[in-house]
Amino acid sequence: MDTFFQLLLSGIAQGCVYGLVAIGFVLIYKATEMVNFAQGDIMMLGAFITITLINHLDWNYFLAVVTAIGAMGLFGLALERVLLRRMIGESPFAVLMVTIGLGFVLRSVAGMIWGHDSQSILTPYTDLPPLRFGEVVFPVADVVVVGATVVLCGLTFLFFRYTRFGVAMQATSQNQLAASYVGISVKRVVGVSWALAAAFAAIAGILLLPLKSAYPHVGLVLGIKAFAAAIVGGFGSLPGAMIGGLAIGLVEIFTKYWIDDIVQFSVSETSVYILLLLMLIVRPSGIFTSMQRKKV
Amino acid sequence: MIAAEPLLEVHNIETYYGLIAGVRGVSLEVPEGSIVTILGANGAGKTTVLKTICGAMVPNKGSVRFAGQDIAGRDPDRITRLGIAHVPEGREVFPFLTTEENLKMGAFTCNSSTVKTEIYRIYEYFPMLKEHRKLAAGYLSGGQQQMLAVGRALMLRPKLMLLDEPSLGLSPKLVHSISEVIESINQDQGVTVLLVEQNAQMALNIADYGYILDNGRVVMEDSTTRLSKTADVQEFYLGKKAISVRGKRRWKQRKTWR
Repeated sequence: MDTFFQLLLSGIAQGCVYGLVAIGFVLIYKATEMVNFAQGDIMMLGAFITITLINHLDWNYFLAVVTAIGAMGLFGLALERVLLRRMIGESPFAVLMVTIGLGFVLRSVAGMIWGHDSQSILTPYTDLPPLRFGEVVFPVADVVVVGATVVLCGLTFLFFRYTRFGVAMQATSQNQLAASYVGISVKRVVGVSWALAAAFAAIAGILLLPLKSAYPHVGLVLGIKAFAAAIVGGFGSLPGAMIGGLAIGLVEIFTKYWIDDIVQFSVSETSVYILLLLMLIVRPSGIFTSMQRKKV
Repeated sequence: MIAAEPLLEVHNIETYYGLIAGVRGVSLEVPEGSIVTILGANGAGKTTVLKTICGAMVPNKGSVRFAGQDIAGRDPDRITRLGIAHVPEGREVFPFLTTEENLKMGAFTCNSSTVKTEIYRIYEYFPMLKEHRKLAAGYLSGGQQQMLAVGRALMLRPKLMLLDEPSLGLSPKLVHSISEVIESINQDQGVTVLLVEQNAQMALNIADYGYILDNGRVVMEDSTTRLSKTADVQEFYLGKKAISVRGKRRWKQRKTWR
């Protein structure tokens, strides 16, 4: 039973990271109907910037985190302005190729700058003793990931529900034409969506660092899993992306512990995609169906 | 009308959908405080004219002047900020936002302090919107969505309102009430209106001046009182049968401009 709770927490923590990256997928998809396959690599970039600030420039952890998130937000904004805005009106396949290519570029550039070895950082909570509840031991790093994600989700909810620009972003994703007619700048909404998506990815990367170390290809597999999370949640729903991330994190860790040992074979790596396939067969629209058929 | 410069002046615009001309050289004027209507059959280019004015389409030629500045080719959101509200064809509401949130979005560009009083003003025009204020707009009936689209445009406190077939798909009773609303926003609020309609009867009743579009061109323009008396308009848009000397309907079905 103790192992169950421990696995549950580390599954949730890993799932939060998937969820945060998946939210980025959904944000960009809702604003532009594009899928950004470089989302995982943007996360990797955020992690490496944090590593540089802390390990090489000796910055304070919190200052470094805030700076990295802000820098990645600006990076997202610039990416949209320079690269993706030119792709408006092009075929979805062309846009897809651009984002996949972007991923390749980011990975190789990161390899050139930071090398291909795994790197990590010391956080203020690295040396804290794990929390104990009876026999159950909760590593602080996992608790921090979950706590930060809960806070972030709360803030995101408040932003989209109560701020004028948040509601305008919802409005734009529901009806872009009408949004531009009431005076919402669709370009600005798209830019902010990219900035938010990149910032979310950066946060995911920063939270991931103490759990796993970073290397240039860390975002590739993680990005695909987060993409699966977004689909499981129903592409186009922010809470769905988070729930999908959690589902994928939990399935992965429980199959790793219970099934891999029995079959002497790594099912856990595949389990995510099995879940994805099952989901697509049983409920192709995902857990949260927010898409509606567009009236003609 | 002659002395002052018109609020909106469209000069010889040509707008293309790819290679196909939607509008080929349309000029029109909308004097401040008036209701002007554009009539025409399907595919005549009425909607394209409105889309060109509001910035959704960029004209290949010609100019659009609003309150003294050239606005052709600007982004729709910037044109909206100048005080042009566009009610597009087909009830383009935000389906997952509530009625009230939809109205608030209408005032996106405005100062937020006046939004509350504006919303109450809209509820006075459309009491049924108040009943459904907390309901997602996607669940409203077609007529209610149309009212919401008009209300949302009014939230801007526009100088000029572009209405694209507000009567489309509405019951005769609702057509009547929406035409009353258009008249009252014109008279009480001083909002200038450019109205595109298929329902010629209704449009000619409330408008001061009318343009008839055919095949992307203006083929006739006059005050609505005179337009209503024109034989062609009576026959082709109002459905009255012209009786010739022989006591039969005109058999050639020819419009004078063809």
